[in-house]
Amino acid sequence: MNATRRGIITALPIVGAGVLGLGFWRILSGMRTGTFDPRAINNPQVGKPVPNFAIPGLPGLGDGFTDAELRAQTRPVLVNFFASWCIPCVQEMPGLRAISRDLPIWGVAYEDKPENASAFVKRDGTPYARVASDRHGRVAIDWGVTGVPESFLVMPGGRIVWHGSAALDPALFESEIRPHLARL
Amino acid sequence: MFGPEQGHFALALACVLALVQFVLPLWGAARRNGRMVALAPYLAVSQLIALAMSFACLVLSAVRDDFSVQNVAANSSIAKPLLYKITGVWGNHEGSVLLWTLILGLCGAAVSVFGRNLPDILRARVLAILGGVSAGFQLFCLLTSDPFERVFPAPMDGQGMNPLLQDPGLAFHPPILYTGYVGFAVPFAFAVAALIEGRVDAAWGRWVRPWAVAAWCFLTCGIALGSWWSYYVLGWGGYWFWDPVENASLIPWLTGTALVHSAIVVEKREGLKIWTVLLAIATFSFSLSGTFLVRSGILNSVHAFANDPARGVFILGLLALVIGGSLALFAWRAPSLTSGGLFSPISREGSLVLNNILLCSICAVVVTGTMYPPFMQLLFGRTISVGKPFFDSATIPLTLPLLLAMGVGTALPWKRAQLAKTFSHLYAATGVAAIGVVLCFWKLSGILPVACGILAIWVIAASVSDVLRRLGLGHTGVRGMIARARSLPRSSWGAALAHIGAGIVVLGLCGMSQAEHAIVEIHVGETRSLGGDDWTLLDVHDRIGPNYKAMRADIAIHHNGRLVTIMHPERRDFTTQNQTTTEVSIHTNLITDLYGVIGDRHGSGANTTYVLRLHRNPLAPWMWLGGLVMAIGGAFSLSDRRLRVGAPKRSSIRNMARA
Amino acid sequence: MKRLSAILLAAGLVCGGVAFAVDDPSEMLPNPAQEKRAEAIGAHLRCLVCQNESIEDSSAPLARDLRKVVREQVAAGKSDQQIMDWMTQRYGEFIRLAPTFSLSTALLWLMPLVALIAGLLIAWRTAMRRVATPSPLTDNERARLDALSGRE
Repeated sequence: MNATRRGIITALPIVGAGVLGLGFWRILSGMRTGTFDPRAINNPQVGKPVPNFAIPGLPGLGDGFTDAELRAQTRPVLVNFFASWCIPCVQEMPGLRAISRDLPIWGVAYEDKPENASAFVKRDGTPYARVASDRHGRVAIDWGVTGVPESFLVMPGGRIVWHGSAALDPALFESEIRPHLARL
Repeated sequence: MFGPEQGHFALALACVLALVQFVLPLWGAARRNGRMVALAPYLAVSQLIALAMSFACLVLSAVRDDFSVQNVAANSSIAKPLLYKITGVWGNHEGSVLLWTLILGLCGAAVSVFGRNLPDILRARVLAILGGVSAGFQLFCLLTSDPFERVFPAPMDGQGMNPLLQDPGLAFHPPILYTGYVGFAVPFAFAVAALIEGRVDAAWGRWVRPWAVAAWCFLTCGIALGSWWSYYVLGWGGYWFWDPVENASLIPWLTGTALVHSAIVVEKREGLKIWTVLLAIATFSFSLSGTFLVRSGILNSVHAFANDPARGVFILGLLALVIGGSLALFAWRAPSLTSGGLFSPISREGSLVLNNILLCSICAVVVTGTMYPPFMQLLFGRTISVGKPFFDSATIPLTLPLLLAMGVGTALPWKRAQLAKTFSHLYAATGVAAIGVVLCFWKLSGILPVACGILAIWVIAASVSDVLRRLGLGHTGVRGMIARARSLPRSSWGAALAHIGAGIVVLGLCGMSQAEHAIVEIHVGETRSLGGDDWTLLDVHDRIGPNYKAMRADIAIHHNGRLVTIMHPERRDFTTQNQTTTEVSIHTNLITDLYGVIGDRHGSGANTTYVLRLHRNPLAPWMWLGGLVMAIGGAFSLSDRRLRVGAPKRSSIRNMARA
Repeated sequence: MKRLSAILLAAGLVCGGVAFAVDDPSEMLPNPAQEKRAEAIGAHLRCLVCQNESIEDSSAPLARDLRKVVREQVAAGKSDQQIMDWMTQRYGEFIRLAPTFSLSTALLWLMPLVALIAGLLIAWRTAMRRVATPSPLTDNERARLDALSGRE
């Protein structure tokens, strides 16, 4: 009895180390397949209605938009935060143009001079149905944005159902966003 | 002769030697084959020679600017000063793994040379375990992180090194820290050898302790140096982030400190044997996991490492072998180890048990806090953060009883103490601590800083009074005391010094909790005051450095109208790396640090303003001085002849000194 | 992961913002007591770009924006709790450097107590057992004892 108890106690360290090791192995394999990102931040806006906001447009690109307009849509909208100073945003543009054929994209220029953002959007043809300027990044904070580019899928009625913080491309669109559209 | 290919070959040779060193002595020991057993030390020394050759080849490639070597091309450049060409060798993943194995080879050779008086079989088994660990990490180096890889065509110049890392403090930080980490491989090997042998006795405790103390000294210095570096290089006045990388070094330090103490109980009372064996295994396991898991990118850290999950899998396999293997052996063999005598809770050994419980509780908190976020994400998909506010509030309450026990513990005799007599030894220390109460309430604000400050003074006073008592203060004259000081064991001096050092560190932390800072935007000639000092921006001018352009400020600091110092903080632009660094200027009088940083320049012409960050950090230098005192205490202990490996059994000197 | 933080890292910045986190003093509140409160709140909020730093230590633009928000709300008389809630609503539990106590973080927060009690309990039981039960004789020993005492 006493010996059994001793045996159990001395086996505890290896059990603990084994559990930790198994966890690390799961994490590492998740990192290799892309299902685990140690730097991920869960955005709590997913599942909630869009926050209240009203932001002006960019020079020569219309009037900007408000949360009321977003809520009033009858089709899903992809809201994309971008900036002219952000390299992945430049890389993302062709992908966004392809996606815009399936889904209207509303762009928000994050902490960017309006004239720079405007020139950036116009350069190779805008993917955005509407575009607005969040000059001081305050609206982005309400959306829980931590960097650019970031995108949100907003359903009719204004509920956010998906959030992504990687540069979008058609493959990502098919795998992550299409299923949400199909559910409609 | 000393080209990269030769280096690569030497590393492969070392790996083969290490494998032989793993297999032959173990087999020989099991078969009681004297010849195979006797081979172990020679194998260990030849492995070190091969490793040293290999490392020398890499250093030479860096010094010769051989950019056909991928590792040199990626981390060095022609313009880099010679010192950083050499130290840059271990400033990257591949080179640091090679350094790591070199130090492990050094440890093996040290056991061969200094362990001549160990029983042959035990020494052979210890060397075999070290060889096995060595072989694993040399394989890792050869297969996934080859530092000798060539590039073709070779670039004309290398990509250079992060200027933040071009600093003498950081240049010597990794070797010292790694020596600490790797040094715990020796107690680990002793523990595994003892498990194979099925015997742990007082002699084992005496043999293992100097190795643990030596590793502990290096780890203490390494941590202090790292913290000092982040204080004077990163330039925001902080010294400890509670970042996973820092926790990775703190965790083995905590268990290592526990090990250094519990091994005393094994030596003196034949108690805590199983526990000490476990601590020795755990300390090295934490060292390994700390150094290598950080590189796999699992832990979300501010320190950028080349993260590579593929490497991570190899490391994990290796860790599973080393840690899993030793813990399996522990689970199998430990129950058969006999446990030692009884002990009463109020005794020296009782207080050492309490010390172990508290240190390991702190360790458990740090481990849990570091591992919680990745495991929460893995198991529940939730992302949370565990940072400084958590660690502060969870570890400080455990540190308070630890400090209290440190003062009482050394005053307690072995076996059974009489409380009344023990307390009579502590009157003086209690008196000093009472003065400390007044001082702390006067100088410090906040409950925790005051409590920590009082207890730190208590620890220092108790350690000093303990030494004085052993010297016979009040019983003998000055001459008698000097005679006793000569014969007092060095390990007693060492213990007292280490405890005093710990007290000094805690006082430094308390002082830093009262630090003040101001961010100001001023014109040249303007003055701002902070904490009783007047800071005047005298001038700002441009300066050209070897590989940077700098903006240099002259700031005069006056205290009550008397000039204290003129400091010159800089802001440097490294054009090749397109990076800006701040060169902090620190004026210290060993009591208070005045710490100045220059930031942005705004406006132009007569209306130019500069942003300055001014800090007043009371007792900041004590944090690192205390660390140094702790390490010196450890070194003092090491010089005790009774602790030297294989030294004759303890003499009666100690009993005389105790009187 | 192609994001601002990744770019910073790729550029070799150890999110090195810390190195020049000397910021605009105009963002500080004129009232020293309020400024102190704002700094204390900021020290509990994690920077979302240079992760593992608090927003007070980071020089990332987002950290600067969040510092401004904290100061505006402190000046507007919001309580610490209200400000933390405001932040958690937008960025989730992730932004708190000390997680709130809940069922899922109970193990984390109780760890100091759990470890301490477990340690004391193990030490106490080991000591007790050792005092109470001198290990019983093995059959072998009993046989020898019997032989010695002459009982056949």
